[in-house]
Amino acid sequence: MSNQSLRVVGAPRNQAMSFLPFTWPRFFTHLFLIVGTVIMLYPALWMLSASFKPSDQIFSDPGLWPRTFTLDNYINGWNALDTSFGVFFLNSFIVCILVVIGNVFSCSLAAFAFARMRFTLRGFWFAVMLATIMLPGSILIVPQYVLFKSLGWLDTFLPLTAPKFLATDAFFIFLLVQFIRTIPTELDDSAKIDGCGPFQLYWRILMPLSLPALATTAIFSFITTWGDFFGPLIYLNDQSVYTVAVALRSFVDSTGTSDYGAVFAMGVLSLIPVFVIFLIFQRHLIEGIATSGLKG
Amino acid sequence: MTLEDLAPSPLYQRKQGRRSYRALKENLAAHVFLLPWFAGLLIFTVGPMIASLYYSFTRYDLLSPPQWIGLGNYVRMFTQDDRYLTALRVTFIYVFVSVPLKLTFALFLAVLLSKGLRAVGLYRAIYYVPSLLGGSVAIAILWKRIFGIDGIVNQALGLFGVTGLQSWISVPNTAMSTLVLLAIWQFGSPMLIFVAGLKQIPRELYDSAQVDGAGPVSRFLQITLPLLTPLIFFNLVLQMIGSFQVFTSALIVTNGGPADATLFYTLYLYQQGFGNYQMGYASAMAWVLMVIIMVFTAMTFLTSRFWVFYQDGRS
Repeated sequence: MSNQSLRVVGAPRNQAMSFLPFTWPRFFTHLFLIVGTVIMLYPALWMLSASFKPSDQIFSDPGLWPRTFTLDNYINGWNALDTSFGVFFLNSFIVCILVVIGNVFSCSLAAFAFARMRFTLRGFWFAVMLATIMLPGSILIVPQYVLFKSLGWLDTFLPLTAPKFLATDAFFIFLLVQFIRTIPTELDDSAKIDGCGPFQLYWRILMPLSLPALATTAIFSFITTWGDFFGPLIYLNDQSVYTVAVALRSFVDSTGTSDYGAVFAMGVLSLIPVFVIFLIFQRHLIEGIATSGLKG
Repeated sequence: MTLEDLAPSPLYQRKQGRRSYRALKENLAAHVFLLPWFAGLLIFTVGPMIASLYYSFTRYDLLSPPQWIGLGNYVRMFTQDDRYLTALRVTFIYVFVSVPLKLTFALFLAVLLSKGLRAVGLYRAIYYVPSLLGGSVAIAILWKRIFGIDGIVNQALGLFGVTGLQSWISVPNTAMSTLVLLAIWQFGSPMLIFVAGLKQIPRELYDSAQVDGAGPVSRFLQITLPLLTPLIFFNLVLQMIGSFQVFTSALIVTNGGPADATLFYTLYLYQQGFGNYQMGYASAMAWVLMVIIMVFTAMTFLTSRFWVFYQDGRS
């Protein structure tokens, strides 16, 4: 907005944008969009409100504002399973942080090679890398399960985290390659003249310049890992190593239909980390999706 | 220091024979950078793919070694397993209903959001939130309750005098609809891609079309839609691949029911593999799914030359 006010003179298009006179079509578009907003957000807001209602009012009182406000659901839900939800949150955070580190580290190494170095069969390997992005995960699930079982890795975080240190999320390689290609090669050349080897070039020059793309990689790694359900469902059977996603599911299964207030309370908590990241990195996230189709 | 040292072009450097030592060094260094990826490719992708292909020709329950049965799993799938054919059918229905609807909503909202309104950033963010959260277990649980017998949907309908309703989850047709609705609700990501694409369309095109007397509808059909086809294509491929593999919502909202009406492919695969420990059968199912996805992606690519326009003239 501040930019626009500075550029009003001699910028007819911006000028038109900043005044926006009242017109009926524009009014109806807004009205339509606002109604749409309410519909889109209603389910999530209803869950938020239900999490603060006493159990007997959740399904009898359709209103969004709780008539009686209670924190019981949060207190009951937190310790509803044998293991506290604190442990599940900690587990999820550990897995997410390891995945973020693994993806940023391994994918940036591979991306640097693809974007900046000449090596044998480069085109072929690049095509292989792109092909692995499209590969349906279910084709790998059974052998990977067999592999992790034979390694004794079931009920540990290793099946969820170790592969990420070997750049298995090829999408992020692609994302980083695309970004590094936009960095002018003049920088590399002058660094080479100054005696920079490829590792220094990677670490000192290109990684600092790739921070936006690395941040996108980190944010999306976190979000997808936090929400991941299939992996933890298969590899984690012992409650003490559950992530939040599988814990929630087992919470619903164990309580049947009785205490939905507590389930919703834990559900709301489970969404908070992703939502907070969205609020902080909104611009980053939206650009990441718009330019690369992440999180399709 | 010669000029050649500064030239970034590989062609230019390849001409210099004495540079071969440096090229060799770079080749080696590149392989060091690629080492983690190569290892991951071998251990977690190519190895498992070969293993999974092998398992698909075996009977394998994890306890005893795999037992070769040739094409047995594939034959069973298409001739003896009615539930498999059901899974195939409901998955196709899901994909072919939810993907076009989702993309239509995404395109419609993207066009509205590109009209130069105030607070566009806010709308865009809000419409994206369901995409961000929609795939989670928490939302799936919520969805199940929203469409339950005493859920808010039935309560809202009750306000309009519609009573005596069943749970939406317990009737085959409506159970599928709730899952399709959950998919459509998450139109935010393709919408953001469309919004970015709409920004790239030069204003001058619209201005000159308006001068020529084109109304808003024909401007949309003649300018916006053709120029967006590359992105429609991109979103279509992406959403199709994703929808064929839908899992979380099916497991939690309906668990495949009622009467297998929402027994989606990946869910059935999971049940066979990790419920009944029929790892060979599950692997065969996974390979068929891969072939299906490949065929549909290839078909989309092949037809794209008839309906996707690229501005630089290639088709």
